[in-house]
Amino acid sequence: MNETDAKKCSIVVFSGDMDKTMAAFIIATTAAAMGRETSMFFTFWGLKAIQKGNPTGKGLFGKMLGLMNRGGIDRIGPSRLNFGGIGRWMFKKMMKDKGVTSLPELRQMAIDLGVNLLACQMSMDVMEITREDLIDEVADVVGAATYCNEALQGQALFI
Amino acid sequence: MSEFTPTKTLDARGLQCPMPVVKTSQEIKKVSVGDILEVLATDPGSMADITAWCKSTGNELLKMDKGDGVFKFYIRRVN
Repeated sequence: MNETDAKKCSIVVFSGDMDKTMAAFIIATTAAAMGRETSMFFTFWGLKAIQKGNPTGKGLFGKMLGLMNRGGIDRIGPSRLNFGGIGRWMFKKMMKDKGVTSLPELRQMAIDLGVNLLACQMSMDVMEITREDLIDEVADVVGAATYCNEALQGQALFI
Repeated sequence: MSEFTPTKTLDARGLQCPMPVVKTSQEIKKVSVGDILEVLATDPGSMADITAWCKSTGNELLKMDKGDGVFKFYIRRVN
């Protein structure tokens, strides 16, 4: 297959929920497995999935946000029925029992397959999350124009 | 259909979406063009997924077997 003919896959990951983030990574890894150039743009709550997990923030509000919206891929919970973390634990257990790949493994798979992990500059500024708070594999910190340009060249998704 | 011997077998049994397709894409690179990769899977979604992957990448799905809950795919590497 001619690589240049393949439609790109561009996914905006706005949600910071485990269920939606899993869907994003599953689609991204599959698109990459099909030889398509794939990018994931993590913005706002989605930044949690590419944070190292340390507390973030500079000012008072930023630090409060950093504590209440703590990042890290193993910390994020389902969009509903989280019940303070019990739901997350239950879902993780159910998925493990059924042989579903875990979220950290899916993210590593995406990295191994060459999926571009990109972070949104603006939401990082607002939430006072720095480049050092993000995992090393993040390729770049970009703006909306980068996403729009990529999205025009193929499939665009908003999760 | 004539019998063919796979060059390599990928055992994706017990793995769920997206792993059968993702592992197939990785394993196909390990066989030469023209060789056959045999993929075993138990995920029912893999029937549609492997077919779609072959269509998308241009690799040829020679045969698909269903038996005892295990799906067997024979894929010839085209590119």
